[in-house]
Amino acid sequence: MMAEAKHKVVSLTGNYAIAEAMRQINPDVVAAYPITPQSAIVEKFSGFVNNGLVDTEMVRVESEHSAMSACVGASMAGIRTMTATCSAGLALMWEIVGVASGLRCPIVMPIANRAISAPINIHCDHSDSMGARDLGWIQIYNETAQEAYENVFLALRLAEHPKVQLPVMVCEDGFITSHCVQNVKIFDDAVMKKFIGTRKPEFALLDLKNPITVGAIELQDYYFETKRQQQEAMENVPAAYLEIGKELSKITGSDYGFFQEYKTNDADAIILTMSSATGTARSVVDKMRAKGKKVGLIKLRLFRPFPYEAVAKALEGKKIVGVLDRSMSFGAHSPLFGEIRNAVYGMKDKPALQSYVFGLGGRDLLESHVEQVFEELLAGKTNDEIKYLGLREVSQ
Amino acid sequence: MTAEKYPTKAQLAKKCSWKEIPMGGVITRAASALDNKTGSWRAFRPVIEEAKCINCSFCVTNCPDNAVPFKDGKRGKIDLEYCKGCGICASVCPVKCIKMEEETKFKK
Repeated sequence: MMAEAKHKVVSLTGNYAIAEAMRQINPDVVAAYPITPQSAIVEKFSGFVNNGLVDTEMVRVESEHSAMSACVGASMAGIRTMTATCSAGLALMWEIVGVASGLRCPIVMPIANRAISAPINIHCDHSDSMGARDLGWIQIYNETAQEAYENVFLALRLAEHPKVQLPVMVCEDGFITSHCVQNVKIFDDAVMKKFIGTRKPEFALLDLKNPITVGAIELQDYYFETKRQQQEAMENVPAAYLEIGKELSKITGSDYGFFQEYKTNDADAIILTMSSATGTARSVVDKMRAKGKKVGLIKLRLFRPFPYEAVAKALEGKKIVGVLDRSMSFGAHSPLFGEIRNAVYGMKDKPALQSYVFGLGGRDLLESHVEQVFEELLAGKTNDEIKYLGLREVSQ
Repeated sequence: MTAEKYPTKAQLAKKCSWKEIPMGGVITRAASALDNKTGSWRAFRPVIEEAKCINCSFCVTNCPDNAVPFKDGKRGKIDLEYCKGCGICASVCPVKCIKMEEETKFKK
């Protein structure tokens, strides 16, 4: 653990921790529409605006489609712009979510992950942001309120990095993280202000000496080239992410790898998780290790761009890996599992893989579920089918 | 940021690679819409009955393509290189001196 900068420890929900980060960033524009369980981020932040703690222009819009539209306009003006959403809200802004990445707007958008309707459900799974995984946004998934708070700063710097200039989603688990109170280290305002610096846009609509047009049509002649640039920007993310993470680490003492490994070195069985499920899994690893079972855990943080190479390196030579997805891609491999299969393809000594789906619509992942996964993996039980955790196959 | 950093009109016309063009499809040159001669889209052509025109300039201000010139208090000839034939001028004309006629009539 590295030395930490001046901070205070405050009891905050994930949403309030994110709102604190936004207060410290003091974006020029925030345009947002409330949707459960994201609402408290914007509610808290609008309080900061009302009380003069920030001088943000808060745009109260009539829908998420308008929220993202206002954000795109503000971002292209050359200024810092943030919003937040989830689930149906993200679905409603879909069109402009693609516009934001296509126009290379460095917008930072916290997401309180929530299931996609129907049936309507307000609780956590990752089907909202996973559905948006091909829209050209960077995606960082967070286990705790602390991680979410810190990664809002990392996301902002990453979004505005000259070689990146892409929007970022900072995801926390709806209700589980967004509404549960945890102790969060809030670092000194001045230190964080210095860390984020000022935005230096390549283009700005308000740069009157260099007039530009944004959002013009590109047909068969140039669209393809512009999309190729987006891929290049994504390929520049991993190096920038590590570089900015190193700098942030000097303030927070946290590590900012693409993923975090826990007791994987000698592990016979490993499970791969994202977000809050990691806490449950870590506790099970400790309990099973105490019984002499060699189990380990990898928590993935950066999902887009997907760190194939680093993941492959971490999994090379491992015996068996269970991948826990909190969303499905109906009729295909679940999002995380599919990427892990991609990552190990071509590896000489690749592990056996098993896909597990859990927690849709906020169903709890219990320690017994994780233990069951480890026992199955230790027994070498894998097949090509999805295994479901906590799903009723027969009536209770 | 300088305009020189980005491809010129002539270079763009020759089809630049993805490594050379400004990101996000941004256009770095003002008035580039002039390059797009939208007159080729026209299916109906506005024809003005000059004797009836009162020089009110409604057609001038309402034309979405700035294709109706106005100089020294007088409306000029509609610029057919840019007029898309939308018919707004005919619609707003208070003395109904503009008629939209089928473009095919003029293409013989």
